[in-house]
Amino acid sequence: MVDIIIIGAGVVGSLIARNLSQYEVSVLVLEKENDVGDVTSMANSAIVHSGYDPVPGTKKALYNVEGNAMYPALCRELDVPFGPVGSLTIALTDAQVDVLKDLQKRGSENGVETKLLSADEVKAMEPNIAPDVKGALLCPSAGVVNPFVLTAHAMENALDNGVKLHLDEAVLNVKRVKDHFEVKTAQAIYEAKVVINCAGLHSEEIAKMIEPVDWKINPRKGEYYVLDHYAPGLVNHVLFPLPSEKGKGILVTMTTSGNYLVGPSSEVIDDKEDFSTDALTLADVKRQATMMVPNIPFREQIRVFAGLRATPSTHDFIIEASKSYKEFINVAGIESPGLASSPAIAMHVVDELAAPVIALSPKKSYNPRVKKYINLQSMSLEERNALIKKDPSFGETVCNCEKISKGEILDILGRSLPCKTIKALKKRSRAGFGKCQGGFCQPKVLLLLAEYYHISPLEVLYDKDGSEILAKESK
Amino acid sequence: MMETKDLVIIGGGSAGMAAAVSAYDHGVKDILILERGPFLGGILNQCIHNGFGLHEFNEELTGPEFLTRFVNQVVERKIPYKLNTFVSNISKDKVVTYSNSEEGYVEIKAKAIIMAAGCYERSAGAIGIPGDRPSGIITAGQAQLYMNEYGYMVGKRVFILGSGDIGLIMARRMSLEGAKVLGVAEIMPYSNGLNRNLVQCLQDFDIPLYLSHTVSKVVGKSHLERIEISQVDDKLQVIPGTVTSFEVDTLLLSIGLIPYNSLLDKMGLVPSRTRGASVNEHMETALDGVFSCGNVLHVHDLVDNVVVEAKVAGASAALYLQDKLPRHTEKITCEPGDGVGYIVPEEIDLANAEDQIPMKFRCRKPTHDVFIEYALNGEVIKSFYKQTIIPSEMEIDIIPKNLLKNNQGKLTVSLKPREVK
Amino acid sequence: MAYDLICIVCPNGCHLHVDDNFNVTGNRCPRGPVYAKQEVTNPTRVVTSTVKINSKVFRVLPVKTKVAVPKKNIFDVMNVIEKTVAKVPVHIGDVIVCNVAGTGVDLVATRDILE
Repeated sequence: MVDIIIIGAGVVGSLIARNLSQYEVSVLVLEKENDVGDVTSMANSAIVHSGYDPVPGTKKALYNVEGNAMYPALCRELDVPFGPVGSLTIALTDAQVDVLKDLQKRGSENGVETKLLSADEVKAMEPNIAPDVKGALLCPSAGVVNPFVLTAHAMENALDNGVKLHLDEAVLNVKRVKDHFEVKTAQAIYEAKVVINCAGLHSEEIAKMIEPVDWKINPRKGEYYVLDHYAPGLVNHVLFPLPSEKGKGILVTMTTSGNYLVGPSSEVIDDKEDFSTDALTLADVKRQATMMVPNIPFREQIRVFAGLRATPSTHDFIIEASKSYKEFINVAGIESPGLASSPAIAMHVVDELAAPVIALSPKKSYNPRVKKYINLQSMSLEERNALIKKDPSFGETVCNCEKISKGEILDILGRSLPCKTIKALKKRSRAGFGKCQGGFCQPKVLLLLAEYYHISPLEVLYDKDGSEILAKESK
Repeated sequence: MMETKDLVIIGGGSAGMAAAVSAYDHGVKDILILERGPFLGGILNQCIHNGFGLHEFNEELTGPEFLTRFVNQVVERKIPYKLNTFVSNISKDKVVTYSNSEEGYVEIKAKAIIMAAGCYERSAGAIGIPGDRPSGIITAGQAQLYMNEYGYMVGKRVFILGSGDIGLIMARRMSLEGAKVLGVAEIMPYSNGLNRNLVQCLQDFDIPLYLSHTVSKVVGKSHLERIEISQVDDKLQVIPGTVTSFEVDTLLLSIGLIPYNSLLDKMGLVPSRTRGASVNEHMETALDGVFSCGNVLHVHDLVDNVVVEAKVAGASAALYLQDKLPRHTEKITCEPGDGVGYIVPEEIDLANAEDQIPMKFRCRKPTHDVFIEYALNGEVIKSFYKQTIIPSEMEIDIIPKNLLKNNQGKLTVSLKPREVK
Repeated sequence: MAYDLICIVCPNGCHLHVDDNFNVTGNRCPRGPVYAKQEVTNPTRVVTSTVKINSKVFRVLPVKTKVAVPKKNIFDVMNVIEKTVAKVPVHIGDVIVCNVAGTGVDLVATRDILE
């Protein structure tokens, strides 16, 4: 019997696991993919919204603003790249400037400081903005974060503090038995006193295992372009158009690695497993984005991707105990501003929903910090050389485009969070994220993983089961 | 104290080695080649097919045989080189930062630098192939590396996007190894590869070539399962309803090579139309004493031409180090005109130029019965008749220096159809 | 029997037609008919591939047929290549298989692999 089972290791599940790991409770996380943060948490805009946009009084508004304020300290503790770059919501017509004023009021109700800027002020801040810009709403508290590393390091910290994680294990059924739950996967049946449902797109199916629910989670697809970092650079803030009923709109933003994201689109689809991109949608993304930033250098495009938002039919986060059992907690419908809200969601779930149903006594040995990751590029040459003298693997460059050394990769592989596939390593190290998209480094990474895990190169996976890169020996 | 070097060469492939040997033979002895791979030779290490060296050695050699000739020349002259060594930065004052596991990060002040780091392959993401993002979609060059250096096949049922030579070569290679290659799609209405490869790589193996087609969708949850190709119109847009589907486990991409030019920006150099550096007739960039040659300058189809160009770069670096390559303010700028995609060099410093100046370009599309016209300030100074000119074959024309008067103005190269009277 | 083929000798890529009497038309230079007749009567190809090798550093050794072999024998040559394991040390030009698949042509190494 474990105290708590968390279903789903996205950013929300991982942060909840981490929060719980500071208490003397046993926690088991069950994740259906072979890596943490492998669905919505890895395919989003990577933005820590300021919180002016959600309707005041909703959970979205409350947790967005709270979560936003928690980011700097959280990212220091978890060693996660985070940039408080601020956002600009752009008005391209005079009518849109009036809407900005409404947004400012809404932001103020939510407790978010914003500033209205004139066209000239915007142009001074953003040289590439459309020349017909009329003004913008500046939100200094908005930022960008690395969502892959945030999720991974949150889970690493949870594991370091005693949480157990099973990857590749989808929950098939949950049922109430006497005073606890039986959680069934293909591998085993687990018993738990408390179940926290953080299953993202599938949180509706999980919730329904216990009782009928009157809400739905609809997958809403967003397609993006990724551009390489290049000089002299494209934008200095996150740029939004005005929000609409479809969402925050198609934005242009930099990422913590100096890349640029253009997107996302917004279309409700039926299939929760459809992560495909299509040419027409992407063409429309391009069209809309270039209204705000006319000269986006799409020649620097290195990737396109699609993510699915877990859109709740209630239009707000669903964070509550199930009607039948206080010990079954649903954390569902975490669409935008989900990433920004996640630290606050984790805090509230633990303090307000878990604490009443299970004794949480602080763990003396709890350490909120992840062991700092070595980032060669942020070190002086002398510092690098001192390190390389002790460990020459830091002198060997594996990813040329992003300048990642073998030592940095081995550091990741040696941590408590498993990192078994090329994709998992890419998410955590950035090897393969650069302009050649793994053209040079993938073969080296493949051999490195084979050697590290003592497996044949034929067995190394790119991503999911069945995604081996190599088919057979040529002779 | 920072170490100094007369000449640092970035890249130990065909371009780097030929430049080193040429510089040495022109009197430069203090040379260092920095190569990021585990051996010299660059991309030719994996090009086990033949067709190299017809011009340089009058023999038809495989890639490894060709590169070995140059390795021998480097070794005979005892030119120093470092392997597994990555150059991460070149500053505006020619400080080269390199790193390897023995020495760590080292800065050396170079008097002259030759950039010869080669090119990279355009990826699936760069063209936004619609559909899923499974494993099994791989560039032709990477598949070639896995096969020819590591000894592994990447798949058994293959489709190839792009009829450039790398794709055609891999079509043959995979077929010979027992894979089934179901076809090659080419977005243009003409093939990008040499006729020799069309015959010996596609026709020999009955592999169909679908011109004016592109891959319009890829399907696969974890590994590639299926692709769809569609016809395109004259604006290269997919024509709806023209889908042909193929069940494959591998999509090889041969969709273009791009100079690997990340070092330019910190040197304050702006990429040219080729996406490599902009150079003059001596292969010198706008930064004094910094030269460029080979695929990092513009992508070549014949390594023999890389060697010729690299020899110029090496000889020029030697001249520079002997203070025999002063910069003059008066220059001729060179621009591509009608029908021409780019021109190298982009600048000619007539006071320094040799008597014969090689002008290199690629045409935009296959053209027949045409004159290549070189016009200086609008006046045609030289023209060459071509029965056929194709984009996949770099055109190299020799312009005599004495035709370029006044040492200023604009030289344009264009294709003009022969007028039928 | 008549043949249609593309000449590969130069970029013109003339479409050649060879009739029953081996007369060639469609060429724009004299090299075309020479190529066409050879290609039609006895097409030959150089075969390049890799063989397994017992090296500590490399898994495969690149090889080629020293000269072109008849096109119809390509897959016979490949069958031999499939079963061949080379032994270090190997130098460029070393004969790996003599008279491969009975073609009269040797299969030679195209790179040095010494250990």
